[in-house]
Amino acid sequence: MKQDIILAGVGGQGIISIAYVIASAALEEGLDVKQAEVHGMSQRGGAVQSHLRLSQGRIWSDLIPQGEADLVLSVEPLEALRYLDYLRPDGMVIASRAPFVNIKNYPDLETVLTKIREIPRHLIIDSEKLAKEAGSSRTQNMVLLGAAAGRLMVKEESLIRFIKALFERHGENIVSANLKAFALGQAVAAAADFVPMSGGSGEKGSR
Amino acid sequence: MKPEILLGDEAVALGAIHAGLSAAYSYPGTPASEILEYLIRAAAGTRAFVASWSVNEKVAYEEALGVSFAGKRALVSMKHVGLNVAADPFMNSALTGANGGLVVVPADDPGMHSSQNEQDSRFYADFAKIPCFEPSNHQEAYEMTRRAFDVSEELGIPVMVRLVTRLSHSRSTVRPGEPRRQNPLRHGAGQDWTLLPVNARRRFRAVLDSQAAMVRLSEESEFNSLSLNAKDRSLGILASGIAFNYVQENLPSLKISPSLLKVCTYPVPEKLVRRLVDHVETVLVVEEGYPLIERSLRGLFGIAGKTVRGKLSGDLSLTGELSPETVRPALGLEPLPTLGLGGFELAARPPQLCVGCPHADTFLALKKALADHDKGNVFSDIGCYTLGAYPPYQAVQTCVCMGASIGMAKGGAEAGIHPSIAVIGDSTFGHSGLTPLLEAAASDTNMTLFILDNSTVAMTGGQPSFASGERLLRMIEGLGVAKEHIRKIEPLPKNLDKNVRIIREEISHRGLSVIVAVRECLEEAKKRRRSG
Repeated sequence: MKQDIILAGVGGQGIISIAYVIASAALEEGLDVKQAEVHGMSQRGGAVQSHLRLSQGRIWSDLIPQGEADLVLSVEPLEALRYLDYLRPDGMVIASRAPFVNIKNYPDLETVLTKIREIPRHLIIDSEKLAKEAGSSRTQNMVLLGAAAGRLMVKEESLIRFIKALFERHGENIVSANLKAFALGQAVAAAADFVPMSGGSGEKGSR
Repeated sequence: MKPEILLGDEAVALGAIHAGLSAAYSYPGTPASEILEYLIRAAAGTRAFVASWSVNEKVAYEEALGVSFAGKRALVSMKHVGLNVAADPFMNSALTGANGGLVVVPADDPGMHSSQNEQDSRFYADFAKIPCFEPSNHQEAYEMTRRAFDVSEELGIPVMVRLVTRLSHSRSTVRPGEPRRQNPLRHGAGQDWTLLPVNARRRFRAVLDSQAAMVRLSEESEFNSLSLNAKDRSLGILASGIAFNYVQENLPSLKISPSLLKVCTYPVPEKLVRRLVDHVETVLVVEEGYPLIERSLRGLFGIAGKTVRGKLSGDLSLTGELSPETVRPALGLEPLPTLGLGGFELAARPPQLCVGCPHADTFLALKKALADHDKGNVFSDIGCYTLGAYPPYQAVQTCVCMGASIGMAKGGAEAGIHPSIAVIGDSTFGHSGLTPLLEAAASDTNMTLFILDNSTVAMTGGQPSFASGERLLRMIEGLGVAKEHIRKIEPLPKNLDKNVRIIREEISHRGLSVIVAVRECLEEAKKRRRSG
């Protein structure tokens, strides 16, 4: 069994943190892990992505082959669309509906969301609202991770353990905000999970 | 020891520590920076070894060479173009030889994610006639670095470990081995190190004579492997470094398994290559970077009776980075079906200066001051401020190599360009800006130099700068720039008018001016506040 995940967003949105949590959990569970990320010039306020590969067998390429990603997990709606070439036709997109507008030609948000809704398996999350509810707008990445958690091949307990490990040095409040964000993401995804209905802060498609 | 998840860069660093590293030097540059960052963190507290940023790659190389001459093991790392800066000591160190193990790790950037070119450092190893390891994964990055130190001492020559972006900046599991102790201080054969013609000729002969031993080591290396398909002789693939992974990724899609040779050591293992070529009709060479192996295999006239395919034949692209999908057509495979965008136009999101960045205020002032001049040039350099070339600023017009802005502005001025402006950051100035400014000061060239002092190496993650603050101002004066034409500005929106006036004054001065724009990098200020 294997799982190929594209993590997407804009520099500074915490893509690498999501990758760290999943990859550490996978290592602990004895899986092979490869995770390619972007540093340097390309990350300054630009589009960033990380290729995260988990497998019970050996992983060769650090990059996910186009057409093999099982999931695009994006902290930003426009960025979710940037990597559809990597997604298998039956792959899934989990995306935030909160746009990060730092370019002049940012498209109309509704157009972007409509495009995401055209993807047969999608889940759009109001991560901004849920992150604020969790206590910090900077926890949107953990909302998204929570929303994906039930579909990952690592255990949710392992993810929670590494969220704690990641934020430990920032103090108790930051840890609990991130854990709450994760739980809120989980709840929204569970409510929407493969049930053909929308509601709450999440909307999904099952065409 | 316990397995760890490490970046490729970090796997190299840990390998060096476990090989008994005594000192490591580098200058920040993507994708190599994380090698020394890891070593600095590991050395902190223990002080078991030296891990230190250098003022530039040439100095870093020379420091490492000095450590090696003392009998201890040294690592020097840099981004690929940094090896150009260090090329002089690098080429000559092949002749002086190494005493303690000397390992040089350039990290190449195929696809130019963060670089001016995609030069292939394996050619430098070939040029200097030294061994080179090219890891295909993290475990190999760790093990090959350890081995590189051993080979360096065995053959008495520097050894290269070549990385590429996708390995440097990818994380995976590494299972470390038992650490080795550091070497004791050991004085060596000083005569070899004095490259007077009489010694250099003897030493070059020695390097040539050791080539056979290098090929033998390569042939015996467990990092290379050959599997021949006895039933089907149509295709053989020779894949090196991480290109091997992209081939492996696609093998399950092939109906007939090709014969496969993995090459991760240089000079190439000739006998293994011979066995592959003899066995098959067509050889496909897949390598990340320039076609080094393919070119040597093909020679001028090809191999009689065989077909050699790869980048030179057009089966693979000569530019850009390889990937699982770019290898597919060369293997006769169709692209995999994907969801795709169905013609939806996606707005690009290029990198940009942070909101409130001091460089932005400097660029606004500079643009305003230059509004009356339509025949000038703004020569710029390597750093965050290179992003000033993008809209909305479009304030700078060159990015060539570290320190180039000052020499080019001087050349431009001497050719008749006015205003001839150079824009350089504080760390880039320390790296390669002092010597051209010394020259410009000596001839009082009619040009204006901006030094953007944000007190850090911002683009690569905030490493320390050697040429910042009061020290920078004293350096400029010490190089001979007239004191009344060294102007300090603070790039803030509220100072715009004042700054424009100062810039105009200095542009109209017929001679050399240096304007130092001083304001701390926002990211660094934030980091400092967070850590208290």
